[in-house]
This record gives sequence, C-alpha cells and structure tokens, in this order.
Amino acid sequence: MEYLKAFVVGGLICVVGQILIDKTNLSPARILVIFVTSGVVLGALGIYEPLVQFAGAGASIPLPGFGNTLAKGVLDSVNQEGILGIFTGGVQAAAGGITAAVFFGYLIAIIFDPKTKR
Amino acid sequence: MDAIKQNKDREYQKYVSAKMPKTNILRNCTSAFLVGGLICVIGQIILNIGRNYYNLDQNSAATFTTIVMIFLGGILTGLGVYDDIGKIGGAGSIVPITGFSNSIVSPAMEFKREGFVLGIGAKMFTVAGPVLVYGIGSSVVVGFIYYFFVR
Repeated sequence: MEYLKAFVVGGLICVVGQILIDKTNLSPARILVIFVTSGVVLGALGIYEPLVQFAGAGASIPLPGFGNTLAKGVLDSVNQEGILGIFTGGVQAAAGGITAAVFFGYLIAIIFDPKTKR
Repeated sequence: MDAIKQNKDREYQKYVSAKMPKTNILRNCTSAFLVGGLICVIGQIILNIGRNYYNLDQNSAATFTTIVMIFLGGILTGLGVYDDIGKIGGAGSIVPITGFSNSIVSPAMEFKREGFVLGIGAKMFTVAGPVLVYGIGSSVVVGFIYYFFVR
C-alpha cells in the first residue's frame, strides 16, 4: 500500500511537470525552478507536509519535496532561534541533499566521460 | 489560385494540430507517470531501509533517502543510462531529485575540458544554481513573512 501511494502520487507530480513541458514549452530548468519554488510556498502554507505524510517518498522525492524541506526548516528554526532562523533554517534542513549533490556530482563528473550520442 | 492555396494551408494546419500534440501529450504523460512513479517507489524502498535497518527517525530517513537517490541519479548519469531513462520518461525523470543530480553531473561532464574550476566547478550549477537560488531565496522570504507577520 505504501509503495502504491508513493507510485501514484510521485507519478502524478511528474505528470504535472510533463503537461507544463508539453503545453508551455518551458525548459526543464524552468520546470525545476517552478517546482522547487512551489514546494517552498506549499510547504510554508502547510499544504505539502500532509502529502508527505500520506505518500512518503512519492511526495518527498519529487523536487517540490526539496522546497518543502527548505520551508519547513525555516519555520522550525524561526520558532526555535528567532530571526536568525530565517537565514539558517532552510539550508540546515536541506544540508544533506545539497552537500551530496555537490560532492557526488563533482566526483562522478571527474570519473565519467560523457557518452557519445547513440 | 490563392484561394486554393490558402484552403490547402488551412487544411494542413488543421491536420497538423489534430495529428501532433494530443497523442503525444497523452503518451508523454503516461510514460512520465510510470517512470516518475517507479523512481519514487525506489525512493520509498530506500526510505524503508533507512527506517527499518538503520533505525533512523523520520527526518534522518528522508535525508538518507535524498542522499542515496542523488548518488544513484549521478551514477546513472555518469554511465549514460539516465539519458535513456530521460528519453522515455520526460518529466518523470526530470522532476524527481535524481533529475536534479542528473542536471548537475551532465553539464559538469560535458564541460570537463574547460578545466576543473570554470569547467566542472562552474557548469555543475547550470541548472542546480537557479534551483538553489530560487529555492533558498523563496524560503528566506517565507521566513521573513513568518517572523514578522504570522508568529
């Protein structure tokens, strides 16, 4: 059941992206920016977290989940540390993902060469 | 003469608009749904491994999953497999976090010959940079609004 929920919700979020690409000709980079930003907004409004509770990785693996993590981190930190939390909370909560992306991304780019187009 | 040509043009336009996008959108959405859904199922498996075998709490398990998925997306990009997944999956391969790491590794490999600093170091962030700018930027805006107006 858990896996079915993750599959359906994750798939549907990707369909939204596909419709945006096909209907508006937005580039993938813009789609990613739109998705992260809407994740932050939905997270701040408390709409996205229930979806994460419901669908698990189906909601946290798509990029709005990354935005939700940033928003949740900021709100938690503001509650705990006050004004400084505005600047520390987001990246603190997303630190693992950001650092992994930078570190693995660099390492893998060094090790592998681009494949010739088939 | 002109009227016939115009008529033909119009018919051709009708033919194109009737033929082209609809079938494609439906097919694209189906494969985006399947590929994106499958990637999330893999994420859920990793999430459960984190929870059950490493006894991580909810937040740590989510971070663990993100890190592993970013690694997998990066490796598959390095091996050239993720491009093939992308050809089938479209947005289904772009929207999950594996697509984020694909967007880092892909240009970084491509621009390797421009050097370690301005090649790999800079081009890694062709897409990831904007994502971080707008993600972190909007989270700070959210923080300001929350601190001054909501709390």
